Amino acid sequence: MLPNPFHIQRLQKETYDTFTVELTPTNSTNTFLFSAGQFNMLYVFGVGEVPISISGDPARTETIKHTARAVGTVTRALQKLKSGDMLGVRGPFGSHWPVEESVGNDVVIIAGGIGLSPLRPVLYQLIAQRKKYKKIALLYGVRTPEDLLYKRELEQWRGRFDIEVKITVDTATGDWCGDVGVVTTLIRRVQFDPLHAMAMICGPEVMMRFTIKELQNCGVGNERIFISMERNMKCGIGLCGHCQCGPTFICKDGPVFRYDRIKEFFGKREI
Amino acid sequence: MQSLEPYLAEHPFLKGLEPNHLKILAGCASNVQFDVGQFILREGEEANNFYIIRHGKVAIELFAAERGAITIQTIGAGEILGWSWLIPPYQWRFDARAIEITRAIALDGKCLRTKCEQDHNLGYELLKRFAHVIALRLEATRLQLSDVYGVHP
Repeated sequence: MLPNPFHIQRLQKETYDTFTVELTPTNSTNTFLFSAGQFNMLYVFGVGEVPISISGDPARTETIKHTARAVGTVTRALQKLKSGDMLGVRGPFGSHWPVEESVGNDVVIIAGGIGLSPLRPVLYQLIAQRKKYKKIALLYGVRTPEDLLYKRELEQWRGRFDIEVKITVDTATGDWCGDVGVVTTLIRRVQFDPLHAMAMICGPEVMMRFTIKELQNCGVGNERIFISMERNMKCGIGLCGHCQCGPTFICKDGPVFRYDRIKEFFGKREI
Repeated sequence: MQSLEPYLAEHPFLKGLEPNHLKILAGCASNVQFDVGQFILREGEEANNFYIIRHGKVAIELFAAERGAITIQTIGAGEILGWSWLIPPYQWRFDARAIEITRAIALDGKCLRTKCEQDHNLGYELLKRFAHVIALRLEATRLQLSDVYGVHP
């Protein structure tokens, strides 16, 4: 339960309200291992603790990256920190994306807004072992072109011939000449084998609800759909109960769930 | 000249249509191509066609004097463009412009309207399929309007 001290190595602005913070352990001999989809509790001393998904490459164990949106007291304080400042880190916590289980299958990654952040580690892993997977598609929806995360990497991924990257915005601004419309409309534009595809979705719950429906319409089974849930996580180890969703704790049993195992509770208004 | 019937029969929008109905559709169909920037439909003009996009990308736009053309949605290969030919007063409600070189099958709506009046089974089949497209677009638009990615404290 005790946070480990980490230094901020770099704080990079992604969009007007979103940033990526790169951390290194204060003891440089330490390495940090995590699985794609897991999160850490980041403690801004004197302000508070907040759960943030790990957005870096699992193969790079000397630093950890987190991408956060400055929307609350802690994330706003986090955004104001400078390189060299210290931070407390607890984790990694939670379940992970089915990267190993997806070997030999098509992989469809569907992200909405900042939901790309916990999915970026998956892309790093898939690319590192590209031959083990069949088709890889990234479908990414954001509000406006200004809200796109990881623009440079998106360009690199789009430039590859072995990954299909489709990006859409809800509202086109400036000189945007890409797709306009919600991310669900992209699903039918990629060709994948629904019986041998794994879908990983992260974004606002409304977006995930409609995305699941569209995947089901395309013939993808619930056992092949994985989602990352978000709730008010406090302890990170399933003790405090803040993030309880039905019989599960999002921090311990999630945040990544196989859809058929959470569908009874997903989208239920009373929970 | 090669008939468009086999292509129409394979298209998800028309899959399962009776062979005699497919024949009627093929009789009203022609291949078309649009260059980048070329308007396919213009708001207010008579709506006499619909298009099955085979290749390329089309922006559905609304023109506002103070903002210019606002792209509402983009559609691409395999999708359907235009349903105003089916609904009185048969006028386009929006503009549609090719933003990539676009190849499509144009179906003569005026001709089809007459055929649908003569053969209500064909009319009902087409209406069901267009209702599905319209429902999907409405759902997507509602989702688009709800600003799901915004911060809502």
